[in-house]
Amino acid sequence: MRTGVIAKKLGMTRFFDEGGAHVPVTVLALDGCQVVAQRTQEKDGYVALQLGAGAKKVKNTSQGMRGHFAKALVEPKHTIAEFRVSEDNLIDVGAELTADHFVPGQRVDIQGTTIGKGFQGGMKRWNFSGLRATHGVSVSHRSLGSTGQRQDPGRTFKGKKMAGHLGVETVTTQNLTIVRIDVERGLLLVKGAVPGSEGSYVKVSDAIKKALPEGAPKPGGFRKTGEDKSAPAVEAASAPEPEETVIEPTEAEAPAAEASNEGGENQ
Amino acid sequence: MNILQTLEHEEAQRLKALRATPAFQPGDTLRVNVKIKEGERERIQAFEGVCIARAGEGVQENFTVRKISFGEGVERVFPVLSPMIDSIEVKRRGAVRRAKLYYLRERRGKSARIAERQMTQAERDEPKGPTEA
Repeated sequence: MRTGVIAKKLGMTRFFDEGGAHVPVTVLALDGCQVVAQRTQEKDGYVALQLGAGAKKVKNTSQGMRGHFAKALVEPKHTIAEFRVSEDNLIDVGAELTADHFVPGQRVDIQGTTIGKGFQGGMKRWNFSGLRATHGVSVSHRSLGSTGQRQDPGRTFKGKKMAGHLGVETVTTQNLTIVRIDVERGLLLVKGAVPGSEGSYVKVSDAIKKALPEGAPKPGGFRKTGEDKSAPAVEAASAPEPEETVIEPTEAEAPAAEASNEGGENQ
Repeated sequence: MNILQTLEHEEAQRLKALRATPAFQPGDTLRVNVKIKEGERERIQAFEGVCIARAGEGVQENFTVRKISFGEGVERVFPVLSPMIDSIEVKRRGAVRRAKLYYLRERRGKSARIAERQMTQAERDEPKGPTEA
Protein backbone atom coordinates (compact mmCIF):
# COMPACT_ATOMS: atom_id res chain seq x y z
CA MET A 1 0.00 0.00 0.00
CA ARG A 2 1.55 3.27 -1.15
CA THR A 3 1.17 6.65 0.43
CA GLY A 4 -1.15 9.26 -1.05
CA VAL A 5 -0.54 12.99 -1.26
CA ILE A 6 -2.17 16.15 0.07
CA ALA A 7 -3.13 18.48 -2.77
CA LYS A 8 -4.76 21.87 -3.05
CA LYS A 9 -7.87 22.15 -5.21
CA LEU A 10 -7.41 25.03 -7.65
CA GLY A 11 -10.61 24.71 -9.67
CA MET A 12 -12.10 23.13 -12.74
CA THR A 13 -11.62 23.61 -16.47
CA ARG A 14 -12.04 21.60 -19.67
CA PHE A 15 -9.82 19.86 -22.20
CA PHE A 16 -10.39 18.06 -25.46
CA ASP A 17 -8.92 14.58 -25.85
CA GLU A 18 -7.49 13.07 -29.04
CA GLY A 19 -10.91 11.91 -30.19
CA GLY A 20 -12.20 15.47 -29.82
CA ALA A 21 -14.36 14.62 -26.81
CA HIS A 22 -14.67 17.21 -24.08
CA VAL A 23 -13.08 16.20 -20.75
CA PRO A 24 -13.99 18.12 -17.58
CA VAL A 25 -10.99 18.23 -15.24
CA THR A 26 -10.24 19.39 -11.72
CA VAL A 27 -6.79 20.91 -11.26
CA LEU A 28 -5.01 19.88 -8.04
CA ALA A 29 -1.68 21.41 -7.02
CA LEU A 30 1.00 19.79 -4.87
CA ASP A 31 1.83 22.62 -2.55
CA GLY A 32 5.06 21.61 -0.80
CA CYS A 33 3.75 18.19 0.19
CA GLN A 34 6.48 16.75 2.46
CA VAL A 35 6.85 13.81 4.81
CA VAL A 36 6.74 15.21 8.36
CA ALA A 37 6.93 12.01 10.41
CA GLN A 38 6.86 8.24 10.20
CA ARG A 39 4.62 5.99 12.29
CA THR A 40 6.21 2.62 12.86
CA GLN A 41 5.04 -0.71 14.23
CA GLU A 42 7.52 -0.70 17.14
CA LYS A 43 6.81 2.82 18.31
CA ASP A 44 3.18 3.46 17.39
CA GLY A 45 1.67 0.03 16.76
CA TYR A 46 0.80 0.83 13.13
CA VAL A 47 2.66 1.92 10.01
CA ALA A 48 1.85 5.24 8.36
CA LEU A 49 3.35 8.40 6.94
CA GLN A 50 2.47 11.82 8.24
CA LEU A 51 2.47 14.35 5.42
CA GLY A 52 2.15 18.11 5.56
CA ALA A 53 1.27 20.56 2.80
CA GLY A 54 0.93 24.29 2.29
CA ALA A 55 2.81 27.11 3.97
CA LYS A 56 1.98 28.48 7.40
CA LYS A 57 3.51 31.45 9.17
CA VAL A 58 5.82 30.55 12.06
CA LYS A 59 4.07 33.05 14.33
CA ASN A 60 0.78 31.26 13.77
CA THR A 61 2.27 27.87 14.61
CA SER A 62 2.06 26.63 18.19
CA GLN A 63 5.28 25.91 20.09
CA GLY A 64 4.51 22.22 20.14
CA MET A 65 4.05 22.03 16.36
CA ARG A 66 7.13 24.20 15.79
CA GLY A 67 9.13 21.57 17.64
CA HIS A 68 7.50 18.81 15.61
CA PHE A 69 8.36 20.50 12.28
CA ALA A 70 11.86 21.41 13.50
CA LYS A 71 12.53 17.76 14.29
CA ALA A 72 11.67 16.85 10.69
CA LEU A 73 13.60 19.87 9.32
CA VAL A 74 10.60 21.08 7.29
CA GLU A 75 8.84 24.44 7.10
CA PRO A 76 5.64 24.74 9.16
CA LYS A 77 2.75 23.22 7.21
CA HIS A 78 -0.82 24.44 6.79
CA THR A 79 -2.35 20.97 6.77
CA ILE A 80 -1.23 17.63 8.14
CA ALA A 81 -2.61 14.19 7.35
CA GLU A 82 -1.61 10.57 7.84
CA PHE A 83 -1.63 7.87 5.19
CA ARG A 84 -1.46 4.20 6.14
CA VAL A 85 1.28 2.44 4.18
CA SER A 86 2.93 -0.97 4.16
CA GLU A 87 6.42 -1.09 5.69
CA ASP A 88 8.26 -1.33 2.37
CA ASN A 89 6.56 1.86 1.20
CA LEU A 90 7.84 4.13 3.96
CA ILE A 91 9.51 7.31 2.68
CA ASP A 92 12.22 9.25 4.52
CA VAL A 93 11.20 12.26 6.57
CA GLY A 94 11.65 15.52 4.64
CA ALA A 95 11.11 14.03 1.17
CA GLU A 96 8.83 16.13 -1.02
CA LEU A 97 6.26 14.22 -3.06
CA THR A 98 6.03 15.07 -6.75
CA ALA A 99 3.28 14.74 -9.34
CA ASP A 100 4.91 11.68 -10.93
CA HIS A 101 3.83 9.75 -7.86
CA PHE A 102 0.77 9.05 -9.99
CA VAL A 103 0.58 7.75 -13.55
CA PRO A 104 -1.79 9.20 -16.18
CA GLY A 105 -4.76 6.88 -16.60
CA GLN A 106 -4.50 5.68 -13.02
CA ARG A 107 -7.60 5.65 -10.80
CA VAL A 108 -7.48 7.52 -7.49
CA ASP A 109 -9.74 8.12 -4.51
CA ILE A 110 -9.98 11.73 -3.37
CA GLN A 111 -11.13 12.77 0.08
CA GLY A 112 -12.14 16.30 0.93
CA THR A 113 -14.50 18.40 3.03
CA THR A 114 -17.62 19.40 1.13
CA ILE A 115 -18.81 22.98 0.77
CA GLY A 116 -21.06 24.05 3.67
CA LYS A 117 -24.71 24.65 2.76
CA GLY A 118 -25.98 25.69 6.20
CA PHE A 119 -29.40 24.64 7.57
CA GLN A 120 -31.34 23.06 4.74
CA GLY A 121 -34.80 21.54 4.36
CA GLY A 122 -35.65 17.94 3.55
CA MET A 123 -35.96 18.53 -0.19
CA LYS A 124 -32.39 19.72 -0.66
CA ARG A 125 -30.84 17.60 2.08
CA TRP A 126 -32.49 14.24 1.43
CA ASN A 127 -34.13 14.71 -1.98
CA PHE A 128 -37.63 14.55 -0.51
CA SER A 129 -40.29 15.40 -3.04
CA GLY A 130 -42.19 17.94 -0.92
CA LEU A 131 -45.93 18.50 -1.14
CA ARG A 132 -48.02 19.30 -4.22
CA ALA A 133 -48.06 22.69 -5.88
CA THR A 134 -51.89 22.83 -5.92
CA HIS A 135 -54.86 20.75 -4.65
CA GLY A 136 -55.23 22.72 -1.45
CA VAL A 137 -51.62 22.73 -0.27
CA SER A 138 -51.06 25.94 1.62
CA VAL A 139 -47.73 27.49 2.68
CA SER A 140 -46.05 24.08 3.13
CA HIS A 141 -45.03 23.17 -0.43
CA ARG A 142 -41.47 22.24 0.60
CA SER A 143 -42.30 20.57 3.92
CA LEU A 144 -41.28 17.02 4.88
CA GLY A 145 -44.75 15.49 5.21
CA SER A 146 -45.34 12.91 7.88
CA THR A 147 -42.59 11.93 10.32
CA GLY A 148 -44.23 8.85 11.81
CA GLN A 149 -47.35 6.78 12.62
CA ARG A 150 -50.14 7.20 15.24
CA GLN A 151 -50.47 6.65 18.98
CA ASP A 152 -48.56 3.43 18.53
CA PRO A 153 -45.54 3.92 18.42
CA GLY A 154 -46.34 7.51 19.40
CA ARG A 155 -42.89 8.84 18.73
CA THR A 156 -40.60 9.68 15.82
CA PHE A 157 -37.98 7.05 15.22
CA LYS A 158 -34.35 7.94 15.75
CA GLY A 159 -32.47 8.65 12.56
CA LYS A 160 -35.56 10.03 10.76
CA LYS A 161 -34.39 12.17 7.86
CA MET A 162 -35.28 15.75 8.60
CA ALA A 163 -34.13 19.29 7.94
CA GLY A 164 -30.75 20.20 9.39
CA HIS A 165 -27.18 21.09 8.65
CA LEU A 166 -25.88 20.12 5.21
CA GLY A 167 -22.30 20.09 3.96
CA VAL A 168 -18.93 20.43 5.73
CA GLU A 169 -18.60 16.66 5.93
CA THR A 170 -15.75 14.44 4.86
CA VAL A 171 -16.53 12.79 1.54
CA THR A 172 -14.43 10.39 -0.52
CA THR A 173 -15.00 10.25 -4.25
CA GLN A 174 -13.76 6.93 -5.59
CA ASN A 175 -12.19 5.91 -8.90
CA LEU A 176 -11.43 9.30 -10.44
CA THR A 177 -9.08 9.09 -13.42
CA ILE A 178 -5.78 10.99 -13.54
CA VAL A 179 -5.90 12.67 -16.95
CA ARG A 180 -2.54 14.38 -16.92
CA ILE A 181 0.34 15.15 -14.59
CA ASP A 182 2.73 18.07 -14.63
CA VAL A 183 5.89 17.49 -12.60
CA GLU A 184 7.40 20.95 -13.24
CA ARG A 185 4.42 22.82 -11.87
CA GLY A 186 3.36 20.07 -9.48
CA LEU A 187 -0.11 19.61 -10.94
CA LEU A 188 -2.50 16.68 -11.02
CA LEU A 189 -5.39 16.90 -13.48
CA VAL A 190 -8.26 14.65 -12.49
CA LYS A 191 -11.30 13.89 -14.59
CA GLY A 192 -14.51 14.96 -12.91
CA ALA A 193 -15.41 16.80 -9.74
CA VAL A 194 -13.64 16.63 -6.40
CA PRO A 195 -15.29 17.39 -3.02
CA GLY A 196 -14.48 20.75 -1.42
CA SER A 197 -14.20 24.39 -2.27
CA GLU A 198 -11.46 25.92 -4.39
CA GLY A 199 -8.36 26.46 -2.28
CA SER A 200 -9.18 23.61 0.09
CA TYR A 201 -6.83 20.70 0.69
CA VAL A 202 -7.80 17.18 -0.35
CA LYS A 203 -6.22 13.75 0.17
CA VAL A 204 -5.39 11.91 -3.05
CA SER A 205 -4.59 8.19 -2.78
CA ASP A 206 -4.50 5.13 -5.02
CA ALA A 207 -7.97 3.73 -5.68
CA ILE A 208 -8.73 0.87 -3.30
CA LYS A 209 -11.09 -0.78 -5.76
CA LYS A 210 -8.73 -0.77 -8.77
CA ALA A 211 -5.33 -2.40 -9.20
CA LEU A 212 -2.29 -0.14 -9.16
CA PRO A 213 -0.88 0.26 -12.70
CA GLU A 214 2.52 -1.33 -13.30
CA GLY A 215 4.27 1.95 -14.07
CA ALA A 216 3.44 3.49 -10.70
CA PRO A 217 6.65 4.17 -8.71
CA LYS A 218 7.16 2.41 -5.39
CA PRO A 219 7.45 3.60 -2.66
CA GLY A 220 6.52 6.77 -4.50
CA GLY A 221 7.50 9.72 -6.68
CA PHE A 222 9.40 12.25 -4.58
CA ARG A 223 12.53 14.35 -4.33
CA LYS A 224 14.72 14.13 -1.27
CA THR A 225 15.61 17.03 0.99
CA GLY A 226 18.18 19.41 -0.43
CA GLU A 227 17.81 18.03 -3.93
CA ASP A 228 17.37 20.46 -6.78
CA LYS A 229 13.82 21.03 -7.88
CA SER A 230 14.70 20.51 -11.50
CA ALA A 231 15.85 16.94 -10.91
CA PRO A 232 13.02 14.96 -9.41
CA ALA A 233 14.16 11.58 -8.19
CA VAL A 234 11.95 8.60 -8.63
CA GLU A 235 12.80 6.03 -6.02
CA ALA A 236 11.78 3.01 -7.96
CA ALA A 237 13.66 0.13 -9.38
CA SER A 238 10.85 -1.05 -11.59
CA ALA A 239 9.30 2.24 -12.54
CA PRO A 240 9.83 4.03 -15.83
CA GLU A 241 9.41 7.73 -15.32
CA PRO A 242 5.90 8.65 -16.40
CA GLU A 243 6.39 12.29 -17.25
CA GLU A 244 4.16 13.12 -20.15
CA THR A 245 0.48 13.12 -20.57
CA VAL A 246 -1.92 10.69 -22.06
CA ILE A 247 -4.00 13.25 -23.75
CA GLU A 248 -1.79 15.97 -25.04
CA PRO A 249 0.35 15.20 -28.08
CA THR A 250 4.02 15.54 -27.22
CA GLU A 251 4.93 18.23 -29.73
CA ALA A 252 2.64 20.67 -27.94
CA GLU A 253 4.20 19.82 -24.61
CA ALA A 254 7.62 21.40 -25.10
CA PRO A 255 6.63 25.06 -25.53
CA ALA A 256 3.94 24.57 -22.92
CA ALA A 257 6.51 23.50 -20.37
CA GLU A 258 8.64 26.58 -21.03
CA ALA A 259 5.70 28.92 -20.65
CA SER A 260 4.76 27.21 -17.44
CA ASN A 261 8.15 27.87 -15.88
CA GLU A 262 7.68 31.58 -16.17
CA GLY A 263 4.16 31.34 -14.81
CA GLY A 264 5.35 29.26 -11.88
CA GLU A 265 7.93 31.82 -10.78
CA ASN A 266 5.36 34.56 -10.63
CA GLN A 267 3.17 32.63 -8.28
CA MET B 1 -2.12 34.68 -14.80
CA ASN B 2 -2.92 32.02 -12.26
CA ILE B 3 -2.27 28.36 -12.99
CA LEU B 4 -5.81 27.68 -14.15
CA GLN B 5 -5.71 30.52 -16.67
CA THR B 6 -2.28 29.41 -17.85
CA LEU B 7 -3.55 25.87 -18.48
CA GLU B 8 -6.60 27.15 -20.36
CA HIS B 9 -4.42 29.45 -22.42
CA GLU B 10 -2.07 26.61 -23.37
CA GLU B 11 -4.98 24.38 -24.33
CA ALA B 12 -6.50 27.18 -26.43
CA GLN B 13 -3.19 27.73 -28.22
CA ARG B 14 -2.89 24.01 -28.94
CA LEU B 15 -6.42 23.83 -30.36
CA LYS B 16 -5.98 27.00 -32.42
CA ALA B 17 -2.93 25.45 -34.06
CA LEU B 18 -5.02 22.46 -35.17
CA ARG B 19 -7.57 24.38 -37.23
CA ALA B 20 -8.00 27.93 -38.48
CA THR B 21 -11.21 29.64 -37.39
CA PRO B 22 -12.55 32.46 -39.60
CA ALA B 23 -13.74 35.70 -38.01
CA PHE B 24 -17.52 35.67 -37.65
CA GLN B 25 -20.11 37.30 -35.47
CA PRO B 26 -23.82 36.94 -34.62
CA GLY B 27 -25.98 37.48 -37.69
CA ASP B 28 -23.57 35.73 -40.02
CA THR B 29 -24.71 32.67 -41.91
CA LEU B 30 -22.31 29.81 -41.26
CA ARG B 31 -21.69 26.38 -42.65
CA VAL B 32 -20.19 24.25 -39.88
CA ASN B 33 -18.63 21.01 -41.11
CA VAL B 34 -18.87 18.56 -38.24
CA LYS B 35 -16.92 15.31 -38.04
CA ILE B 36 -19.16 12.36 -37.32
CA LYS B 37 -17.83 8.96 -36.29
CA GLU B 38 -19.81 5.94 -37.43
CA GLY B 39 -18.03 2.91 -36.06
CA GLU B 40 -14.66 2.99 -37.77
CA ARG B 41 -15.56 5.40 -40.54
CA GLU B 42 -15.51 9.14 -40.15
CA ARG B 43 -17.54 11.43 -42.36
CA ILE B 44 -18.37 15.10 -42.45
CA GLN B 45 -21.83 16.54 -42.00
CA ALA B 46 -22.62 20.18 -42.58
CA PHE B 47 -24.84 22.26 -40.32
CA GLU B 48 -25.80 25.48 -42.04
CA GLY B 49 -27.65 28.31 -40.36
CA VAL B 50 -27.47 31.71 -38.71
CA CYS B 51 -25.09 32.31 -35.84
CA ILE B 52 -27.36 33.77 -33.15
CA ALA B 53 -24.91 34.01 -30.23
CA ARG B 54 -21.33 33.76 -29.14
CA ALA B 55 -20.45 33.24 -25.47
CA GLY B 56 -17.44 32.64 -23.28
CA GLU B 57 -13.81 33.08 -24.14
CA GLY B 58 -10.70 31.04 -24.78
CA VAL B 59 -11.17 27.31 -24.49
CA GLN B 60 -14.69 27.80 -23.13
CA GLU B 61 -15.95 29.92 -26.03
CA ASN B 62 -18.97 28.62 -27.91
CA PHE B 63 -21.42 29.76 -30.57
CA THR B 64 -25.03 28.90 -31.36
CA VAL B 65 -26.21 28.18 -34.90
CA ARG B 66 -29.94 28.21 -35.71
CA LYS B 67 -31.60 26.81 -38.78
CA ILE B 68 -35.07 25.79 -39.87
CA SER B 69 -35.07 22.08 -40.62
CA PHE B 70 -38.25 20.59 -42.13
CA GLY B 71 -40.27 23.49 -40.74
CA GLU B 72 -38.87 23.06 -37.25
CA GLY B 73 -36.32 25.41 -35.67
CA VAL B 74 -33.10 23.62 -34.70
CA GLU B 75 -30.30 25.14 -32.67
CA ARG B 76 -26.89 23.65 -32.07
CA VAL B 77 -24.17 24.94 -29.75
CA PHE B 78 -20.56 24.30 -30.75
CA PRO B 79 -17.36 25.04 -28.84
CA VAL B 80 -15.40 27.40 -31.13
CA LEU B 81 -12.19 25.39 -30.66
CA SER B 82 -13.78 21.93 -30.76
CA PRO B 83 -11.67 19.36 -32.63
CA MET B 84 -14.95 17.77 -33.76
CA ILE B 85 -15.43 20.71 -36.14
CA ASP B 86 -13.64 20.14 -39.42
CA SER B 87 -14.06 23.68 -40.69
CA ILE B 88 -16.31 26.72 -40.50
CA GLU B 89 -17.31 28.66 -43.62
CA VAL B 90 -18.87 32.10 -43.47
CA LYS B 91 -21.55 32.13 -46.18
CA ARG B 92 -22.99 35.57 -45.64
CA ARG B 93 -22.33 38.49 -43.31
CA GLY B 94 -25.40 39.87 -41.55
CA ALA B 95 -26.04 43.39 -40.28
CA VAL B 96 -27.52 43.17 -36.77
CA ARG B 97 -27.63 45.44 -33.74
CA ARG B 98 -27.63 42.81 -31.00
CA ALA B 99 -25.03 40.40 -29.68
CA LYS B 100 -27.68 37.74 -29.01
CA LEU B 101 -30.31 37.21 -31.70
CA TYR B 102 -32.76 35.25 -29.55
CA TYR B 103 -35.61 37.30 -31.01
CA LEU B 104 -35.27 35.18 -34.16
CA ARG B 105 -36.84 32.29 -32.23
CA GLU B 106 -40.24 33.98 -32.33
CA ARG B 107 -39.96 34.89 -35.99
CA ARG B 108 -40.47 32.97 -39.19
CA GLY B 109 -40.05 33.71 -42.87
CA LYS B 110 -39.95 37.31 -43.99
CA SER B 111 -39.55 38.84 -40.51
CA ALA B 112 -36.65 36.53 -39.71
CA ARG B 113 -34.52 37.90 -42.52
CA ILE B 114 -31.23 39.61 -41.76
CA ALA B 115 -29.86 42.33 -44.02
CA GLU B 116 -26.45 41.80 -45.54
CA ARG B 117 -23.63 43.70 -43.88
CA GLN B 118 -21.81 46.05 -46.20
CA MET B 119 -18.09 45.90 -45.67
CA THR B 120 -15.52 48.50 -46.52
CA GLN B 121 -12.48 47.50 -48.52
CA ALA B 122 -10.32 47.69 -45.40
CA GLU B 123 -12.58 45.28 -43.54
CA ARG B 124 -12.53 42.86 -46.44
CA ASP B 125 -8.75 42.86 -46.44
CA GLU B 126 -8.50 42.49 -42.71
CA PRO B 127 -11.61 40.91 -41.20
CA LYS B 128 -12.35 42.04 -37.66
CA GLY B 129 -13.72 39.62 -35.15
CA PRO B 130 -13.16 37.93 -31.83
CA THR B 131 -11.41 34.95 -33.42
CA GLU B 132 -8.72 35.49 -35.91
CA ALA B 133 -7.58 32.63 -38.06
